[in-house]
Amino acid sequence: MSGHENFEYPGLNLGSAHPDTHDAAKTTVFGFWVFLMSDAILFGLVFSTYVASVHATAGGPGPRDLYDIRSAFVETLLLLASSFTFGMASLAMKYKHSTARLVGWLLATLLLGACFLGLETHDFLSMIAKGGTPERSGFLSAFFDLVPLHGLHVTGGCIWLVCLLGQLARYGLDSRTKLGILRLALFWHFLDIVWIAIFSVVYLAGLA
Amino acid sequence: MSAWAIVQHPLGRLSMHSLPFYDMLQNPTTKHLVNGSIAGFAASLVVLGAIVVVGLITRYRGWRTLWCDWLTSTDHKKIGIMYVVIAFVMLARALIEAMLMRAQQAWGLGGGFLSPDHFAQLFSTHGTIMIFFMAMPFLTGLINFVMPLQIGARDVSVPVLNSVSLMLTAAGAMLVMVSLVLGEFSTGGWFGYPPYTEIAYNPGVGPDYWIWSLSLAGLGSTLTGINFAVTIYKERAPGMKLMRMPLFTWAALCISILMIFAMPPLTLATAQLALDRYLGFHYFTNGFGGNMMHFVNLFWLFGHPEVYILIIPAFGVYSEVFSTYSGKALYGYRSMVLAIMSIAILSFTVWLHHFFTMGQDADINAVFGIASMLIGIPTGVKIYNWMWTMFRGRVRITTPMVYALGFIVLFVLGGMSGILLANPSIDYQVHNTVFLVAHFHNVAVPGVLFGMLAGYHFWFPKAFGFRLDERWGIFSALCWTLGFMLAFFPLYALGIMGLPRRSAAYAQPAYVPLEMVAFAGALLIGVALAALVVQLWVSVRHRGENRVPAGDPWDGRSLEWSVSAPPPEYNFPCLPVVNDRDAFTAAKEYGTAYREPGEYADIVLPRNSATGPLLGASGFGIAFGLVWHIWWLAILCALLAAAAMVVRGFARGLTRTIPAAEVRRQHQGWLAVVRASVPVTRADERAPANQGLANPAVLRETS
Amino acid sequence: MTEQAQAASGSKERAREERREFRSYAWGLGLALGLTLAVFAVVHWHALALPWVYYLIGVLALVQIIVHFRCFLHIGFRQQREDLHLILFSALLLVIMVAGTLWIMASLAHRMVLP
Repeated sequence: MSGHENFEYPGLNLGSAHPDTHDAAKTTVFGFWVFLMSDAILFGLVFSTYVASVHATAGGPGPRDLYDIRSAFVETLLLLASSFTFGMASLAMKYKHSTARLVGWLLATLLLGACFLGLETHDFLSMIAKGGTPERSGFLSAFFDLVPLHGLHVTGGCIWLVCLLGQLARYGLDSRTKLGILRLALFWHFLDIVWIAIFSVVYLAGLA
Repeated sequence: MSAWAIVQHPLGRLSMHSLPFYDMLQNPTTKHLVNGSIAGFAASLVVLGAIVVVGLITRYRGWRTLWCDWLTSTDHKKIGIMYVVIAFVMLARALIEAMLMRAQQAWGLGGGFLSPDHFAQLFSTHGTIMIFFMAMPFLTGLINFVMPLQIGARDVSVPVLNSVSLMLTAAGAMLVMVSLVLGEFSTGGWFGYPPYTEIAYNPGVGPDYWIWSLSLAGLGSTLTGINFAVTIYKERAPGMKLMRMPLFTWAALCISILMIFAMPPLTLATAQLALDRYLGFHYFTNGFGGNMMHFVNLFWLFGHPEVYILIIPAFGVYSEVFSTYSGKALYGYRSMVLAIMSIAILSFTVWLHHFFTMGQDADINAVFGIASMLIGIPTGVKIYNWMWTMFRGRVRITTPMVYALGFIVLFVLGGMSGILLANPSIDYQVHNTVFLVAHFHNVAVPGVLFGMLAGYHFWFPKAFGFRLDERWGIFSALCWTLGFMLAFFPLYALGIMGLPRRSAAYAQPAYVPLEMVAFAGALLIGVALAALVVQLWVSVRHRGENRVPAGDPWDGRSLEWSVSAPPPEYNFPCLPVVNDRDAFTAAKEYGTAYREPGEYADIVLPRNSATGPLLGASGFGIAFGLVWHIWWLAILCALLAAAAMVVRGFARGLTRTIPAAEVRRQHQGWLAVVRASVPVTRADERAPANQGLANPAVLRETS
Repeated sequence: MTEQAQAASGSKERAREERREFRSYAWGLGLALGLTLAVFAVVHWHALALPWVYYLIGVLALVQIIVHFRCFLHIGFRQQREDLHLILFSALLLVIMVAGTLWIMASLAHRMVLP
């Protein structure tokens, strides 16, 4: 197999070292990409709702009263780092390094994801303490649709990661586990891309 | 929601008041009695129907068969059939509602016999059901059954996901049926515009039923779309290039793309409305910065592509029907594909024509108006191609052809009125009148419904191994066509005369004669539905004379006709190799059809899975719990759903193998049947002599 | 070539590929970090006047999204056609829907004097 044929589906792939799974992955990974694109439309529309409602504060607190640029910055770094660690996990799987190394990188990713979620929850709570509840205004409703939707996706990703670790413990690195990790990697990187849009459109544009 | 509240009200807001005849007993005026009796009768029909079905299954010891052979099945053919069954049940209900509405309007001068609230429920359920639980399951079912066979695949890409989609759709349909017995459905129309559907104006369960049944169905459709698109991209038989795919498969590809990208706006709009209603958010409320126009925008971002999700599969069916029953290859295949693709993409650029009058700039209206008119061009291309397909063909007037011919004439008329409405300045005049109702029924009934029924008649012998009765079929098709014309042409006139849509009553005597004509049309459509039932009954009774085991009753052109009827569960004993556009016609011409392969191989198929039924049942539980505020039920079912998904992740050994020897035995058995069959010419197509083997001599003559 | 030599050259090839992929992730991390720092710094210290800062945020976000697609998801132009088509088609629809929505809602807000 030449190098080019490995690129039969976009992005992450298992390559020629995993012939059995590689074939199944063509279909599964393509299907997952299609799902991600559908999800991207969902996010895009939530963004447009947010942008169209950003001035609808109904006399309540606005972006400047509620957002904290430092915590958004730390959250960004956490997610970026987790994307990198997941990349390392993908490499450990693709090039058949020890399972311990794979699990190590996955656990690091999980930890970073959990820290991100913790910090984000703290953000939400402090916003609510300042009177920024979703029932307050159209703007806050839209905010609490957009950012927690991403947070829910990350939570789902974390739960999925735990399940995959369970499957790793139970069955080792078999074909279905590999496919699971491959798809979760796509999901994770995709969520990081959504976060770029969130920190730009919500936090930075809100505070600029 | 405290723990105490759960103990105090374990059934949430469900109580005696939720029963449809409660109001009538409390307050027995004539009006209440009439409405209560109708609602109570409908509810008892649902309950009795359920009891009869359960009783029959128990009586014939069918539970094991139902569970093992159908509900947990991952076979795309069985899933397709189950979708179509749902569609027919829901069609019957929505049609009866339509007849009630026509009756109400016919006697609507100064009041009618239904209360406005009851009437509003009727049009809301009618629309919701016809779109989400009749047309969508019908087309999804047809595609499910036919598309993998047409591309030479063993199944869809992710069979278990297919079963999950089916069960979610079924759960949504069930929720709508339950709304007939417990509480009431939304009165906000099939698009449920806020702020009317907000908690402030509509505190009851109606809008909640609407929200959750749509959410379930929408989720199912998104997953279906993904599954179909991946199947068509990745599972085609060797040699089946994109430009060799039958038009029906092209239609399936287009609508799966539409489903993938058009369902998210619906999911979002209903979710936001739910957040408004349940948690006091302010997306679409009056005040507090809410803006209901977001909802309108989001809903039609979904709604317009949805229209094409409905109609494009019917275009696919008509393409197959015209070319098969004319004995000719489809005229202008390439332009057909281009047309269908451009319709699919254009459909994302016209959503604003559903709300020209909302108040935006005239420039925006003009842009979207022009985009809407543009869709007429590819649609016109298709109409001409179908007519050229028939030109100099050996046309046989079978039931599907009656539908198809009716479609051509009526759909052009409906399309014309659509071009009128695409002009914003005309739209302002007839906006919200029954002119619009006439227009969209004029495209939806001949377009979608006739197409689905044509497909049902066309592929029925493939699915069950015997043909449907032609006389009853044609009678029903004629009743549909005539009934449709009587029921909806008067509405054009009524619309121009100014009758607003959804009027429970009116004060203008001039409307009455036209309303009476429309009511007569509705009755005729009722006869058409009854004729379909009779036809099924007669055909099943006489199935012995109509069997087509060889599998090719209509001298078909694509791969689904190259296997037995009904097809084996693995579809093809060995995957076909495709060299031509009308693959099976080519095989028959070159004499390569009905050949035994050199050697048989083991076939690997997915095992049955309870994941679909489990997720469907828990989806229903979540939705029901949310509608009635039975929080413990919703939480329990959500946990159940999560557990089902995790368990599925941990499952291994998900396939079973059919040994090559078994495949050989079955295939040789079928080939023996084919050799024993007498080939028939097209003249004997509808005679008992037709055992599903086409006469090749005639084939050469007509092609 | 003997089987052993073939295996050896195969593993060498794989090691090279692995280094190449690692570099891609490292570049991705570096670039994304740089872009993030830049844009946060500009906003934090108000280094730019108002309309321009929006443009800058938009452009940098777009660049960073492309970096993520390229370096983390390994999307390039040497994919099989249908897969790149999927992404580009989705992007087109996303633009149609989002831009259309914003256009319509802005016009409504303007004409109806909404906030």
